[in-house]
This record gives sequence, structure tokens and C-alpha cells, in this order.
Amino acid sequence: MSAGDIETTAVEARVETPFQRFWSEFRESTIALIALIVLALIVLLAVLAPWITPQDPYDLAQVDVLDGKLPPGSEAFTGYTMWLGSDGAGRDLYSAILYGLRISLMVGMASGVLALIIGTAIGLVAAYAGGRTETLIMRAVDIQLSFPAVLIALMLVAILGRGIDKIIIALVAAQWAYYARTVRGTALVESAKEYIEAARCLGLSHTRVVFRHVLPNCMAPLIVIGTVQTASAIALESTLSFLGVGLRQTEPSLGVLISNGFEYMMSGRYWISFFPGLALLVTIVSINLVGDQLRDVLNPRLKR
Amino acid sequence: MKSIRHSLAILAASTLISAPALADELTIALASEPTAMDPHFHNLGPNNAMSRHIFDRLILQNEKQQLMPGLATEWGPIDDLTWEFKLRQGVKYHDGSDFNADDIVCSFERAPNVPNSPSSFATYTKGKTVEKVDDHTIHIKTASPYPLMANDVSTIPIVSSEAGCDGTTEAFNNGSATIGTGPFKFVSYSPGDSIIVERNDDYWGDKPIWSKVTFKPIKSGPARVAALLAGDVDMIEGVPTTDITTLAKNADLALSQGVSNRVIYLHLDHDRADSPFVKANGGGAIDNPLRKLEVRQAISRAINRDAIVDRVMEGVAIKAGQLLPEGFFGVSDNLSPVGYDPDGAKELLAKAGVGDGFELTIHGPNDRYINDSKIAEAIGQMLTRIGIKTQVETMPRSVYFKRASRGGPGETPEFSFILVGWGAGSGEASSPLKSLIATHTPDKGWGASNRGRYSNPEVDALVTKALATVDDEDREALLAQATEIAINDAAIIPLHYQVNTWAAKKGLKYIARTDEATLAIGVVKE
Amino acid sequence: MTVFIIRRLLQAIVVVFLMSLIVFFGVNVIGDPVDMLINPEADQAEIERTIRALGLDKPIHEQYLFFLKGVASGDFGKSFIFGEPALKLILHHMPATIELALVSLVMAIVLGIPLGLYAGLFPDQRISRAIMAGSILGFSLPTFWVGLMMIMLFAVYLGWLPSTGRGDMAEFLGIRSSLWTRDGLSHLFMPALNLALTNISLVIRLTRAGVREAMHQDYIKFARAKGLTTRRVVGVHLMKNILIPIVTVLGLEFGNLLAFSVVTETIFAWPGMGKLLIDSLLQLDRPVVVAYLMIIVLFFVIINLVVDILYSVLDPRVRLRDQGT
Repeated sequence: MSAGDIETTAVEARVETPFQRFWSEFRESTIALIALIVLALIVLLAVLAPWITPQDPYDLAQVDVLDGKLPPGSEAFTGYTMWLGSDGAGRDLYSAILYGLRISLMVGMASGVLALIIGTAIGLVAAYAGGRTETLIMRAVDIQLSFPAVLIALMLVAILGRGIDKIIIALVAAQWAYYARTVRGTALVESAKEYIEAARCLGLSHTRVVFRHVLPNCMAPLIVIGTVQTASAIALESTLSFLGVGLRQTEPSLGVLISNGFEYMMSGRYWISFFPGLALLVTIVSINLVGDQLRDVLNPRLKR
Repeated sequence: MKSIRHSLAILAASTLISAPALADELTIALASEPTAMDPHFHNLGPNNAMSRHIFDRLILQNEKQQLMPGLATEWGPIDDLTWEFKLRQGVKYHDGSDFNADDIVCSFERAPNVPNSPSSFATYTKGKTVEKVDDHTIHIKTASPYPLMANDVSTIPIVSSEAGCDGTTEAFNNGSATIGTGPFKFVSYSPGDSIIVERNDDYWGDKPIWSKVTFKPIKSGPARVAALLAGDVDMIEGVPTTDITTLAKNADLALSQGVSNRVIYLHLDHDRADSPFVKANGGGAIDNPLRKLEVRQAISRAINRDAIVDRVMEGVAIKAGQLLPEGFFGVSDNLSPVGYDPDGAKELLAKAGVGDGFELTIHGPNDRYINDSKIAEAIGQMLTRIGIKTQVETMPRSVYFKRASRGGPGETPEFSFILVGWGAGSGEASSPLKSLIATHTPDKGWGASNRGRYSNPEVDALVTKALATVDDEDREALLAQATEIAINDAAIIPLHYQVNTWAAKKGLKYIARTDEATLAIGVVKE
Repeated sequence: MTVFIIRRLLQAIVVVFLMSLIVFFGVNVIGDPVDMLINPEADQAEIERTIRALGLDKPIHEQYLFFLKGVASGDFGKSFIFGEPALKLILHHMPATIELALVSLVMAIVLGIPLGLYAGLFPDQRISRAIMAGSILGFSLPTFWVGLMMIMLFAVYLGWLPSTGRGDMAEFLGIRSSLWTRDGLSHLFMPALNLALTNISLVIRLTRAGVREAMHQDYIKFARAKGLTTRRVVGVHLMKNILIPIVTVLGLEFGNLLAFSVVTETIFAWPGMGKLLIDSLLQLDRPVVVAYLMIIVLFFVIINLVVDILYSVLDPRVRLRDQGT
């Protein structure tokens, strides 16, 4: 990543290590700091879910339809209190949300990171290689981008069956091209600039030019797109569930919980989709706030 | 959340104050849209319901699917192989031309032969020869005695021999061929947006009270409810069960409900010794326990039908003990829903030698029947509790039905344990017996939906006999007897009968139909 | 330039061809709609008949060759479900979607750029922070959820707007559209806003990011030093530079708006081609799905081409290069 820039500027800034410098800049924004703490808390809750919930919502033996649709604060048949109520199948929403968080975070992060790596690599190759390689790649990107994500997902789900790994494949397949196209676009502009030519004239290796000069300059748009895409990966997953092709219903992610609750909205049972929606919202907003600040800190030209 | 509750309360109180400007115009939101205005193009529920507005049949089905005179005033067998139909006189088409026997002959010819038809009427016209005797009499002949003649005939829409019989589906869609004798005339068809019809003032029967009816397809349940609450439409079909309690409390709305001819049931693999989705505990192979009667009975007893009806269906369903609800032709008086008895179920499993349980996957659609995926999930919970570790797998119907019917090797059913529904189009018990229970015999056209490959010669013999018995009473007894044998053998496990709900603005009422159709003539003012 | 465009169009044909291949075989893997379309009462013979009538009895590669032959003469096949030519169905649904996508694109630009400019020029103001927070909410909420909330609020609770469907249409300048009637506009507002939400946020963020980045660059500093008015600096020098990423993204997004209007159109029962696609897809109406995607791909390639040309006009440093020439 942009370790190069940080390193070089860190020398000027005397004794601070790159991380300390990064951290002290990140801390400047209180909102981002709060968001980071919230995000850390969310991740912690998700990881600890099996130990801090009264019910395993994925074990059908522990879920009873007779407990279904209870309002928040109701007592379940098995004795514990459902503080956030229960969904249509009788899952305790508090438990289901924490378990759902695990899945949503995993799906979002795994597909986000994979798409970023694959997309960036392909975009850089296209921009730097040029020629037939570039043409071929960019046409592939065109094909890719013209496939609506729902179609990719529906096709993959039909061919592969449902499951977390399949939805990640589908999301990566739907999103890598955004990164590729953005990286290639920015890289084209950058490689036309004098400093790249200068770097080349100095006889620096291709890899060095790409990784130390072209790539760092692609970071700003990549982070903007990256935050948008990670957020939309999670939202897309819930949309797929809404369309009936998402994750398995008995192992609900936040998206599945919300879309299950969708049909209860008109009947006043707001909690079934409201609480998972709130969890999703807080998660995505804090990811985005952290991402925003990251971008400000990482982009050398934005320094005040 | 408080504000949401608050807004819902206001929503309930404040909407729908405005009355429609023209009180004899009606707008109806449909859950599923017809695929064409050509009445012979697609033999499926939504199309048949829509075509009822514009085109009559020789015999009509009332809201309970009992037969009533339509374009035929009298009918009956004159010998073992011939039925005679006396046609109504003085009936005119929407374009002013006269109705006569030629229209019947050519309609029966066109109905099974529309190009590109995704589902034709051949099922009902097959083996029948239509002959014109005079302008107002026809004979329909079959090769062997056929008691269901009147039921079959009641499904065929009659189009005009001059304007319609040579018409293409496109000509029907743009209105040039859409000329019938029905209570409404075609005005416009805009796929995905609206279908508009207007009153036929020369209708031979009871004239509709609505001068103009607009049908709007709104597929999403909550959106349909929202459209009704916002006053955009006067009536909706397919009210989601989750909203019924709230809507029932709303003083500005009127609900109508009626049991349908549709039973929701479980089909089990009766055939394969090694069934693909039945495994021993831990995932190893197991000799298919679903072939043992005790296991099938155990599954039936493990299911808490009251819980499904009360919790999943919100009380809007009737628990089922056989193939059709009470009151339909051919139901048995000796069958009742199996009671919930988890301990008994466990005993039965032990008796069958699988006391430690086994693993099973239940497959079901998630967009076909009311709350289908939730029912599958509840079944999964209940079976897991008696030791049958059950996975739940639901999918869109486009994928589901093909796989369930012929997704396995050699076009065999792919799944082992499935959730399905069956609506008896003919409104009597031979329909489910012939399709679901009878031995899978493609040559005879039997067992087409027998996805468990159940086979019982005794049942087959009874159904064969029933379908050749013209006497109603005898036939009814034979059908009931066949049903009893099949159900006691747990050929399928019935869960419940669907109840359909319509909601309309106050002052309107819909006469609920067992065939699930939404007809403008069924909307009455109170 | 001409050579460039011709080459790109030729490539487009290859892309469309590949696309048709992938989709044709892809949808085929999922299955066919026969078992869903057929009346449950039908027997096996009738199922066989339907399979033959829809041409599904032949091997898949033969079906594809037959399809290609048809396409060569402008026939994309008939819909399995409606029995009408697929192309006709799509064209019938197209105006409604274009109307929706255009209005939402305009909403994204008209709302997004000024808000983004403001947030970028005055990053420390409270309003700017509110704008940015709002933009984060804009793409944090799933579209279908927002759509339903909007229906609840505007149609059911407040009663200001109709809940679903397309309104009355009128003809103006030879174009038949619901843009020209009050009823039409009132039906259009909610779905367009719903569809635009993500893009408004995207435009705000891109504009702000561009502004913040440009403000630190030398040409802006020079322009300011030369004593140009802020209006001119922002309106000419700044806008010209930040428009590049915005044009790229919006260009890409327009194609996506067309394709991704499926969810919005489903919720608002908007009779456009997005709804047609999702219905066709859920019912495995392969001819319509394939034809739709081929058209969308073509659309998309053209949009990309236009974006690339605009790109070179806005930033002369990017040459229209096509290394094969």
C-alpha cells in the first residue's frame, strides 16, 4: 500500500514511527475515533456471540415457532427474556442479530478485500501493460459491469447452491470491475504526468514505479470506491435476500433478518426489521466514517 | 419505534377518508399478472381469472366451484360416449355479432393449439370431439365414458368464430381479437402496468355494477397493502397473512376470506432405497427410512399443525387431514388431521429401528404458496425436536419445480422430502388423486406430480373405476375410499388448506372464491 | 478518432456476442420455466408438448445457433411466458425505465454537486459535516428498505404522493411520457428519489473529495494568487478538474441505473424493464433475459465510449488510445 509515502515523510518527522504518525493523525477526528471504537465493539460482539447470547439461532432444536413474533421484552417458552423480541420463526432477535453480524461482517469484509485485491491488480496491469492486454481486460470489465449483480448472484446460486462462500464469490464477481476501472482510469492520468516519466527515465523497475508511484496515487479514489463498495456489499447481500436468492434462511445474516422483517412492517411489528436494520446501519456508518478518516490521513496531498 | 407505532395508529385512523370520485369505477391490485389477453394462450390461474371478465364458458363455476349455466343452458350425457349441450339463444358478442355453435367448435379447436403456448388447454380438450348439431346444439364425444365432461368444458373460454378464432396472441393483446360475450369489454392492456375493461351493457346475465374496472399488478405484498391504505386501489387480492390482524381492526376496510381448494402437504420419497437427501446421523448412507410407514406416521405426528396455523399462518388456514377441505366432492368423512404427539412420534421411530433419528433435508419454494418458506422452517424445527436432524432449503419456484419434478438422474425427482401445494382445478378429489397419488405412468398421464413416486395398485384401481363411473354418488364414494387408503398409508402428509384473503375499501365486499380467482363481478357494494 | 470509434464499436459486437453466449448458457444451467408455467393439472404428454413448443427439446448448442440466426435478422426470439417477441416487450418497457433513470440522474447531479462543493469548500462547517453524515446514510441503507419507508411516510402516513405505479401520460415534443403531467410527476418522484439516493451520496463524496484534493494543488493556488474571483476559480478551474471522476462514475452509473432499477421498480410497481428483467429472471424467461442483457451491454459499451471521449475532451492529457491501431 502507501507505506512508501509514509516512510519517506516519517524520516522528516524525526523520531515517530509510521504507525504512531498515522495514529496521531487519525485521532484528530473525534467522530472517526468514536466510529472506530464502535466498530471494534461491534466486531467484538460478533466474535463473542456464542458466549453472550441465550440462544443459538442456527440450531433448529433451540428455535420454536411458538416463540415467534413476540414483542421486545417478552418471555420465551424456555425461560429467558427476549429483550429485542423475536422474528417470525421464533429466533431471539438479540441472539440472531449478533450471529447475523458475524455473517454480514464476514461477507462484507471478505468480498470487499478480495474484490479490491483482484480489481486493483487487474486495473494496474491494464493501465501499465497497455496494448492488447489492456483492450482485452477493459472489454472484460465492460462485460462484467453490464451484468447486474442480481443476475450474477442468481446464476451462481442456481449453479452452486446457497451459502456464505457462494455469496462472497457472487459479490466479488459483481464488484472487482469497479476497482479495476477506477484504478486504470487514475493510473492513466498519473502515468501521463512528469514525475512518472522522470521515475522511468531514472531507470526504476516497472514494479517499483507501479507500487511506489502509480499505486499510491490511486489510493484516494480507491478508498472512496472501497468504502462505498464494502457498504454496498453488505447492502447487496440483503437485497439479494429480499429478491429471494440470498443466504440460507435458517442461518440469517442481518440482510436476511431485515428482509424477513420487511413483510411485517405494515402490521406494526417493527422490531423484526428495525433492530437488525439499526445494527446494519451502525455497522456500515462506522465502517464508512473510519474509511473517510483513513482516506484523509493516507492521502499525502490532502494534508493541511 | 414509538413514532412508528404512532404513525401506524394514525395510518389506521386517517387514511381512506376520500371516497372515489366515480362510485361505479373500480381499481383492483393483482398479486400476479396475467401473461396475455389471449384466453387460450396460457392455461393458468391469473390468465383464466382475467379471461373470465371478457369471455364466457359453456358452463361457469360459481364461487364454490359448483357448475352453473353459462353459454350452455342445459347439458348432460345422452349415451355413454356422448354429451349434449343446449346453447343459450340471443347472446351477442361485444362487436354485435351473434353467438352460435360455430364459435364452440372453433374455440375447442383453437384452445389446445395456440403457438408458443406455455401451458395449453389440451389437458381438457384431449380425447373429445365437438360436433355441431344445429346452431344451438352441440355434441361432445369421447372414446370411453367420461364423467368429468362438464368440469372440463367449464374451463374452455369461448371466442368469436369471426373475430377471434383466427386471431394471433398479439391480436388479442392489442384488443382487435379480444371480443367475447362476457360481462366486460376489453379497453386496454399495458403489460406490467394495467388492464382496463368496461361494462358490457348487453350482457345476457346479471349486469355488472361497475362501469369500468382497472387491474393493476402489484407483486410485492407490503406494497399492495400500502396501495390500498393510500387509497390508490379499491381492493387487493392476496393480503399477506401478517397484515390481516391489523387490517381487520381498520374500520375503513372490509376483509373477505374463504378456504381455497389448495392443500399444502409434504411429499416423501417412497421409491429409492438410497435417497439423496436422507442420511444417517453424521452424514453416512442409510436405507431410506421414509419407506417405512411408521416413520412417515412419526413425521406426521411430530408436526404441530395448530402451531403452524396459529403462528406461521396467523390463524388464516385450516389444518388438513386429507386432499381437499370439507364440502368438496369426493372428500372422506372418516379422516381428520393427525394430532400433535411428539412422544408417540419418537416411539414410532424406535419401532421402525431409527430411534436415534437420522438426517433429512426439506426442500420447498419461497415464492409460491402463502408463507411457504416459513412453513418449511417450522417443519424443520419440529422434526429436529424428535431426533430427525432437518436442514431447510428453500428456493425460487422457477428453480424449485423443475428440480422437484425431474431434476435427478433420468428425469427423476431430485429431492427426498418436499413441501408442495395442490389446488384442485376441477374442484373434486379425482384431481389430486390422479396427479399426486396415482402411480407415475407417463403413457396414461397419471402421477404427473407424484414427486414421491408413491405407488399403490389398490388406489390406482379405485381411481380408474371412479373415472369411469358416471353416477355421481358412486363416484364420490370411490374417490373417498381411495383417499382414505392413501392418507392412512401416509402417501403424502397434509398440513393445511390455504385460506385466501381479499381486502377492500369499506362499503365493498368480495365474495371469496375457492379457486382463488379475483373477479370484478364478485365485488359487491354493501 | 473515427478509427478509434469504429474499433470500439467492433469490439462492442464481440462483447455482445460473448455476453449472449454466457447468458444463454448461464440461464440454461439454472433451468427452464416449463414446470413453473404449466398448469399443475397437465399430464406428462402436455409437459412434453410445451417443451417442444418452446424449442427446449433440442440440444442447447442447437438452440443457441438457432437463436444467433434469428438475431442476425433482428429476431431475438419469443418470450416463453408472453409469447410475444422479446425485443418488442423490452422496447415496450424501456421508456418507463429511461424516464426513471434520467430523472434520478438529474436528481443526483442537481443535489449532489452543490452539496459536495459546499462540503468540500467549507469542510469544517457544521452543515458540511451534516451533509457528509447524510451522504453516508444515503448508501448505508438498503434500497428496498428506504423504498418501503418512503411509501409508509409519503403515501400512507402523509398521503402526499401515490404509493406505486406510473401516472398519466401525455405527449409533448413527440415524446410520450409521464413527465408532462402532474399525476405522472407525482408518481415519479418517490421511485426516482429512491433510485437516486446512492448516487446522490456518491456524487457528494466524489465532488467533495475532488474539491479537497484540488484546493491544495498549484493551479488553484495560482488562480487565487492571480486575484481571480472565488466564483471563477470554483466555477471554471475547479469544476473542470473535478468533473473527470464524476463524469466517469455517473457515466458508469447510468448504465447501472438502467440495470439496477430492478429493486426500485419491484417495490414501486414501476412498469419498466428492470421489473421485466427480474420477473423474467425469476421465471427463467430466457429469451427476454438474453435480449435484455444484450441491449444493456450495447448501451453500456456506448456509454463507456461516450465517457472516454468526454474524458479526453475534459482532460487532454488522456489520449484516446487504442494500442491495436
